[in-house]
Order: sequence, then structure tokens, then C-alpha cells
Amino acid sequence: MPADAAHAAAASLGAEIARARWRRRRQFAARLFGHPSFLIGFAILAAFVATAVLAPCIAPYGPTRINYRAILAPPSAAHWFGTDGFGRDILSRVVWGTRVSLEIGVSVVLLTGIFGTLLGTAASYVRPLDGPIMRFLDGLMAFPGVLLAIGLAAALGPSATNATIALTVAFTPRTARVVRASVMVVQEMQYIEAAHAVGAGHGRIVVRYILANALSPLIVQLTFVFAVAIIAEAVLSFLGVGPPPPAPSLGNIIADGRSYVQEAWWIAVFPGVVIAVAVLGLNLMGDGLRDVIDPRQRRLRHGA
Amino acid sequence: MIRFLLARLLSAVPVLFVVSVVTFGLMWLVPGDISAELGGTDATAADLEAIRQRLGLDRPLWERALAWYGALLQGDLGYSYLLNRPVAEAVFERLPVTLSLAGLSLLLATVMGVLLGILAAVRHNTWVDRGATVVALIGLSTPDFWFGIVLIILFGVWLGWLPTGGFVPLSEDPVGWARSMVLPAFTLALTQMGVIARMTRSSMLDVLGQDYVRTARAKGMRRGTVIFRHALRNAMIPIVTVVGVITGVLLSGAVVIEQVYSLPGVGRLIIGAIQRRDFPVVQGGLLVTACVFVFVNIVVDLLYGWFDPRVRDAR
Repeated sequence: MPADAAHAAAASLGAEIARARWRRRRQFAARLFGHPSFLIGFAILAAFVATAVLAPCIAPYGPTRINYRAILAPPSAAHWFGTDGFGRDILSRVVWGTRVSLEIGVSVVLLTGIFGTLLGTAASYVRPLDGPIMRFLDGLMAFPGVLLAIGLAAALGPSATNATIALTVAFTPRTARVVRASVMVVQEMQYIEAAHAVGAGHGRIVVRYILANALSPLIVQLTFVFAVAIIAEAVLSFLGVGPPPPAPSLGNIIADGRSYVQEAWWIAVFPGVVIAVAVLGLNLMGDGLRDVIDPRQRRLRHGA
Repeated sequence: MIRFLLARLLSAVPVLFVVSVVTFGLMWLVPGDISAELGGTDATAADLEAIRQRLGLDRPLWERALAWYGALLQGDLGYSYLLNRPVAEAVFERLPVTLSLAGLSLLLATVMGVLLGILAAVRHNTWVDRGATVVALIGLSTPDFWFGIVLIILFGVWLGWLPTGGFVPLSEDPVGWARSMVLPAFTLALTQMGVIARMTRSSMLDVLGQDYVRTARAKGMRRGTVIFRHALRNAMIPIVTVVGVITGVLLSGAVVIEQVYSLPGVGRLIIGAIQRRDFPVVQGGLLVTACVFVFVNIVVDLLYGWFDPRVRDAR
């Protein structure tokens, strides 16, 4: 029967495609982990995530436990990173503080990714929306750096949720621009025209054909958003518009340390080192990802 | 060139409009009764009513917006009850400190970054090149406000060479001014220098591979002349772009660094106002800083036209 033969041929073709896809994924992973900066960055990020997740097991003391017998103690065997003005253990506070950074960082990355994709795709695919959306985003980008986030967080009030909202608003415009630029290229491809010709609906075309082929610059961009978000969260906490004390965040420990520069350098120094190492890891990962995904795109990068 | 300038100025109008809408919207985001926040704890019911009337909180939103824009177009940014003076006056009094800090660090970052980038490009694939890349990455990853505190501990507390904070006006004592500005400026410059160095390096590498560079060398021109007169000028466009982006980072960085070094700039004004919940000042400070940045971006675009005539003729 010819129908059976056709089915068999289709099935073997399907299996062949699945195998090829699997092979390509494996090759991609091998190239990624063979890239030294990606590997180092990935290891740093993994250590950071592990610290945040395992904070209750790692931290030697409670992060808010006050000990009046060890006020402003310098680093020692009992307190590796020293203690602060309340005798709280800086190492424990830093370990717990990574949780705040990670929570806010991950939320900002997810939300920025979602809104950036929606706005960027809409601007590119729906022509009449392009002008209004882009002018609006240009206006948001006219606020220098994290200043918009500072203003928003100040208006909304200090909390982790509000810091997340503020940072998302601040970082979405640039991300949307990246998505728009990449969707614009893909939507002019011949296979998109072919999809239109065979009668595929807009939803299917956008999700299955355009986005599936346009998202790699977004992934690179989001790695850098993650890095900038960790620094920006620390800035908000430092200025007192981030997650409020006494719960530790890397930024508010540094803010505490600012008042003790004369007598206790360790309070400010250690949490900053942790931020710098984590952000360095993310930047290395981003550089590696970009080299592997798209070697041409080495030029401009974030400046959020 | 004049047409290019006019077109560029016109394109800033919608951007400034969105900026003003966002700034106006901030006030609307504040939860609770803003008049109670502004009046302070010892305000009477009549005081609060007066504040509400003055801010127009008893009127509908569109009327308030209209009044706000009317005032804004006349350069009136509102009135601060906590400072007891017009917001515009307070902001513009503080602006020179912020601008000189941002300008000084931009100058330092650009000079150091471009030189480092050229060095890395000329000594491509040597330890100089790799060292420059590492310095750039570390700068990019270091939170500037924390780096500021580390420099204070190092140079202010341990070595005792420079003050740990505070400000001396330039008009009173130039040496004291320089001493109070050098650490803040270097803090910002060192964290941003790397980005400029990276861009300079890759842009210079492109240009140094061009035929005309080889020709210039072949006809016996000095290496330095070729690098600075021929190559650098043509490598400038991407560098100028990055410098433009960095100006924004430096402006908001200055806001934060002022807090670290206790410098009386717009940043400290804004942060202080946030703590006192003095929102007209927050709005005014943000608005003015954003306008400065929009203006800087126009200047950057004009610089494109200057470095590459093709840009202005294309319009």
C-alpha cells in the first residue's frame, strides 16, 4: 500500500530530524562549555546560586543575630568576614544577602525578557505600533542609567517587589530594542513569506517561526541584564530604596559599612567583593554565549 | 550642518515629552496621602488643605497635569515645603557639582580608556592586550559606589593622603576642591574606562587593517602620526557612541557617588529628598538630570557628523 510507505517514510524522516536536532544541541553545548570564559562564568554563577539556595546550611550564624560581646570584631577564625556594629556576623549576612540579589536578579531577568519580547516583537511585526512604542521607550531611556529605577523605587516605597518593578521598567527599553532589531531581520526572511503563503496564522508565525529564530540576541542581552540588575539592586539598597533592613542584602551591608570606614573596613569590603565576583561571572558567561551564538555581534553591548 | 542640527533638536521634543510624562507620573505612583507626607508631622488640618490646594490635589488629574506643564514651560519645577524654596533654585544651585564630577570623570575615563585601547590594539595578542581586557572586565563588574568606599578606606583612612569625604568649592580653595574631587572622579572613571578601552581596541583593530593605513606607513609616515591622525580619527565613531552611553552611566553614577563622598550635588539633593519624602524635589532633580542627558545625546550625534561627514549628508 502506498499510504503505508508514505507513513513509514514520514516517520523515518521525523526520526532523522529529531536525531539531527539532538546532535546539534549536543554540539552547541560542547562548543559553549569548551569556551573558557563561558565555563569560568558558569562555574562562578553556579557557586553563587548554590550559596543563595543553601544559605541556611552555609551561614555559621543567624544573619540578624545580635552579639554584644563581638561588636566590630575584625576577621578571625570565629568570624571570617568580621562583625558589624551590632556584633552580627558579616559572613552570615553576606551569605543570606546573596538570596536577595538572586531573587531580584532572576525576577528582573524574567520580567524584562517577557516585556522586552512583547514590546520588541509588537513594534517590529505590527508596523503602526512601531513609532509610538519606540518613542515611549526612547523617553524611558532618556533617564540616565539607574536613575529612573531610583526615582521609581523611591515613589513606590522601599521593598524587594518595588525594586524589581523599578529595575524592570529601567531595563526593558534596551531589551525591547534588541528584540525588535532581531525580529526585523528574521521577519523579512523567505521562509516567513513561505509560511504566510501556506496560510499560517499570525500567532503561529510569530511564535513558531519568528521568535524561535530571533531570540538568541535576547538571551545574550539577558545575561548582561542579570549582571547589571545585581549591581543596580545593590545601588538601590545602598541608597535606602531597596529591600529594607534588618534583613541583609549585599547593598545594605555596604551601606552599613560606609559609616564604619574608620574602624571596620571589613563590613563594606566583603559584600562588594562578592557582588563583583558574581557580576564578573555573569559578564564572562555573556561574552562566551555571544561568541558562540553570534560571533558577528561583538560590538555594542549594554550600558544600562 | 544647520539642517542636521535642527533635525536633531526636533527629534528631542517627543523624548522630552515622554520624560516629563514619566516624571509627572512618579508623583501619582506615591501611595497614600502625599499632603501628609509633605506637611510633616506638625502640620495642622488647615496646613494640609493649603498644601493640597497648592499642589492641586483637590482638582482632577488633567487639570493638575495642565497646571504642571504650564509651570514647567516657564521653568517652574514646583515648590519644596521642606526646603522652603523653589525646586528649580535648589536643583540648579547643586547642578554644577554633579556636572563637574561627571565631566571630570568622563574626561579621565575617555583619555585613559582610549589610550589603553590603542595600546591593546597596537600590541594585539600580547600580554598588554590581555591585561587591558582583564582590566576592562573587572571595571565593568565592580559596583562603583563600593569601589568608592574601598578607595576611601585605602587613600583616606589607611594612607591618609586625601579627605574621606566633604566638599570645598572651587572658588574658595582650588587645591581643596581638587583634593575633594580626585577620589570621586577616579572612582567613576576607573569603573567606566574599561568599556571605552574595549570599544577603542576593537574599532582600532578594524581600522589598522585597512589599506590606507598600510599605505601611509609605506610612504614613510611616522607610526605615531598614522595611529593618531589617520587611524584614530576613523575609529572614532564607535568610540563616540560608547562615550555617549557612558555619559548616562556617569551621570547616574555621580548621583550615587555624591552620596558616598558627601558631595553637595543634585544626587545628594535627590537622595535626601527621597528620605524626607519631598517628592517635588525628587521630580525636579530627575527631570533636570534627564534633560542634561538628552542634551548630551544631541551633542554626541553632532560629533558623529563632525567625525564622519557621511552621517550629516545622509539626512
